[in-house]
Order: sequence, then structure tokens, then C-alpha cells
Amino acid sequence: MITLQFCYVVAGLSFASYAVLSAFDRSNSKRLGNTAFWGLFAASFLFGSYLNDWQNGVLVLALIALGGCNLLGHGKPSTASREERQESARRKGNWLFAPALLVPAITLLGTVLLKNVQIGAWPLLDDKNVTVISLVIGIVIALTVAVVWLRPPLLAPLQEGRKLADMVGWAIVLPQMLASLGAIFALAGVGNAVGEIATRYLPLDEPFEAVAVYCIGMAAFTAVMGNAFAAFPVMTAAIGLPLIVHQFHGNPAIMAAIGMLSGFCGTLTTPMAANFNIVPAALLELPDRNGVIKVQLPTAGLMLIANTLLMYFLVYRF
Amino acid sequence: MLTLLGVAVVVVGFVIRLNPLLVIGAAALVTGLAAGLPPLVILAAFGKAFNENRYVSLLWLILPLIGLLERYGLQERARMLIARIRHMTVGRLLLAYFIIRQITASLGLTALGSHAPMVRPLIAPMAEAAAEKELGPLSNRQRYRVRAHAAAVDNVALFFGEDVFIAIGSILLIKGFLQQSGVVVQPFDLSVWAIPTAVLALLIHGARVLLLDRKLRREMAQAAK
Repeated sequence: MITLQFCYVVAGLSFASYAVLSAFDRSNSKRLGNTAFWGLFAASFLFGSYLNDWQNGVLVLALIALGGCNLLGHGKPSTASREERQESARRKGNWLFAPALLVPAITLLGTVLLKNVQIGAWPLLDDKNVTVISLVIGIVIALTVAVVWLRPPLLAPLQEGRKLADMVGWAIVLPQMLASLGAIFALAGVGNAVGEIATRYLPLDEPFEAVAVYCIGMAAFTAVMGNAFAAFPVMTAAIGLPLIVHQFHGNPAIMAAIGMLSGFCGTLTTPMAANFNIVPAALLELPDRNGVIKVQLPTAGLMLIANTLLMYFLVYRF
Repeated sequence: MLTLLGVAVVVVGFVIRLNPLLVIGAAALVTGLAAGLPPLVILAAFGKAFNENRYVSLLWLILPLIGLLERYGLQERARMLIARIRHMTVGRLLLAYFIIRQITASLGLTALGSHAPMVRPLIAPMAEAAAEKELGPLSNRQRYRVRAHAAAVDNVALFFGEDVFIAIGSILLIKGFLQQSGVVVQPFDLSVWAIPTAVLALLIHGARVLLLDRKLRREMAQAAK
């Protein structure tokens, strides 16, 4: 069976290679910082399942220290010049898109087709994580195809991968870090505290007030947590169900559907949703870390107003 | 109430633009202490959560593939493709991508897209090429704005498209949570009531990307004076 553990080994080996290649990159004056950071991240993938909780905690602390104190630099492995790229783009044509599109294609096929495939009595893929595993398989196949077709220098794929990883830098671990912070918030009961404040101090006597507080609360709480999934149970238990549904007899499906979408308005505004907002800013080499968020703010505001009005006009009517 | 101190740390940390990793570390410590947990317990809980969430980072495996294809001219090819299409502008390109991304997401195909595999190598260079074809060389500020819009389109189209599909994570979470609370809703009803918002998102964000065309044109005209 292909499991997540297998994917972690693949990821661990690729980050380990970035660590080794960084160590020899004289163009990067902070190369030892990069080696330590990618090395530790590789160790997390390779050995995390065998370490105990506080050992993993120490590993995370070291990652925070390295990234937080700005000890990473940018490696500049030798690569193709602009002219070479233009020339290659002309020669290879639109086939260049094929390996890139192969990844989502295989991910989809894997998710849909391989879900229940068995070899003997064993399922081929660990069925709880079919999508993620299919994605990893898709990447491995597409990379193999690209290497066979393009015949690059031996280390080129890893060097190009390392260059991009250095460019994103410590932000690579940000989504995973934020998910972990969410776990601490849950452990400490942050959600209940927020729900208590919302119900105790905000006006909720009219049907419209309940809808407005619920929608805006979903967006605000999502912005704080970085994730609408964390906000939804708290806000719905505090306001959505007791007031909108039970007291004012609103339709629960409409309340829940539009409530969740109000939360997504919050996701568009927050650096806490790192993989949507901060990571692309790094990938696109924007000088402003919040550049993507700034572009999204007007849409987020308008959509929150739209959702609040939609819910008010629909939830008490159907 | 004290547990909210950690939230305050996050907000203040991001507002004064400290390094996010340090902010997260501090927020975890403050939240845990406020809840009465000893530091070593917090450290272990954080390590455990980080380890369990490793699958979040598996997407980065795509970097060698994208880097390799870029080495052989993927971004340049994306630009060439756009330069050949007549009457193409940034706004129209982004609107087209928005529609495709939203429709495929609403069919459950959320894997088609995202920033590392799609926006950086394809959509962002295409958007820049479309703008430059119509308006000539962009200033750095304009270039960054066009790129940020390319990323934003991917997010907005995904967020307000995916819930129209009945088996997406958030719909299942809603159903599960309401069921626990004794309220039964059908996934189909949830996805139907996500449609009005999806349509409004297309109208609102679509209008904004088309306005981007106008704005860039006006800036170019002013710069020419």
C-alpha cells in the first residue's frame, strides 16, 4: 500500500538534497543557515513519525529560530540564461505545458479511480489520504516524464527546486506552523472564549442583527484563526443555531452554507491563511509580503456585505 | 478570557510586521501559559501538531518539476501563447481563468489550479504578457500588481466555487457539525445555497479584474504625458 509515510520519505529526501546542495553553494553567504533549515525540515519528514512529541517540538523550535532570526539566504545555482530559455521555448513548443498539466490530471484520476483499487487484500492507496497521495504520485510521474524528455544535467531538477525553495524561504513551513498553532488554540479553548464574547457583548435581539453578527463574526474569527473550518463550529454553536435557527426559525442549510462562505471572506484578508496569501506573494517574488491580501481586500469586503444581505433575505424565507 | 492573549499576540505581531514564525511561536507560548499549561507540555503539543500536519507541506514536492520546466522556457512559452491571441487584455485573461477555475472547483476539481503549479509558471507570466502586449513595458509597481491579481483570482474563484460541490471538505464539515447538534441537512441543499454567492463573486471580482485594464490604461496615458 502506498501511504502518507511513503510520501514523507520522498519529501524528506528532496529537502535533504537541498540541504546538501546548499552546503556547497558559495554564491550564498548564509549557506549554512539554509543547510540547517532544509536539513531539519527533511529530518521532520524522514524521522518525525519515530520521534516523540517533545523531540518534534524541539525540532520545530529550531526551525522557528533559524527562520525567525533571518539566517537563510538565497542560493543561486547556475541555470539557463534568458536567451536559452526563449530559444528552448520556441523549440519545445506547447509540449512544455504537458508535464505541468499532467500533475492535476493524475491527481484527479488517482482520486477518482484508485480510491477502491486493491491488490490482493491490500488497498493500493491509503484511502483516507487518496488526494494527497495521488498528487505526490502525479508529481513523481510528471517529473520522470520531463527528465526523460528534456535530458537535463543530472542535478538540474534538484538545483532548480532548491532555487525556488530558497526563494520562498522560511514561508515554506508557515502553513504547517499555522495549522499547529490552530491545534494549540483548540487545546486552550480559544474558540469558546470568542463565542462567549460574541454572545455576551453584541446586540442580537433582531433577526437582522443575528445574521449580521454571525456573518461578520465568521469573517473576523476566520481572519484570526486563518481557517474558516475552525471558526464555523464556534460561531454556529454560539449564534447560528440558537438564534438564527431556533429562536428566529431560519433555514439551517442556508445559514450554514452562507455562514461558511462569509468565513471565506475572512480568509482572503489574513496573513494567517499563509498558503493562500503569503506563499503566493513569495512565489511571485512580490516585494510586499501582503501584496496579494491588499488586492483581495475590496472583494472580501464586498462579498461579506453581499453574503450578509443574501442570508438575511433568504434564511427566514425558505 | 485570558486565553485570548495569544490572539492579541498574533494580531499585534502581524500588524507591526514581525517575522511570522516568531509571532506564531510567541502566540503558542502565550496561549498555552494563559490556559495553565506548563511550557514543556506546550512544546510537546506543538511538536505533535506540526508532525501530524506534515501532509500540508507535501505540495512543495512540485518545486523541482516547475523549476525544471521553467529552465526549459515554460514561462516564456506561456508569454508567447498569449502574445498570439488577438484582443487579449489582462482583465479578459484573468476573467477567463476565473471562470475556468470556479467551474472546475464547483465540479469538485479543486486540484486544477493553485499557486505553485499554475499561477507562478503560467497565469502570472501570461497576465504580464497580456498587459505588455497592449500597453508596452510595465513599471515595477504595475508588474507586481498584475502578479498579485493573478494570485487573487485563483483564491477568490476557488473559495466561492468549491462549496457548490457536494462532497467538498467544508460541506462535509458543516453536515457533520449540524448532525452532532441534532439538525439534519442534506449536502445537496448546502451546495445549492452556495450558488447565489458564487454568482455574486463572479460578478464582483470579474468587474474588478476588468477595471484593472482601465486603471492600467489610465496610468499609461498619464505616464505618457
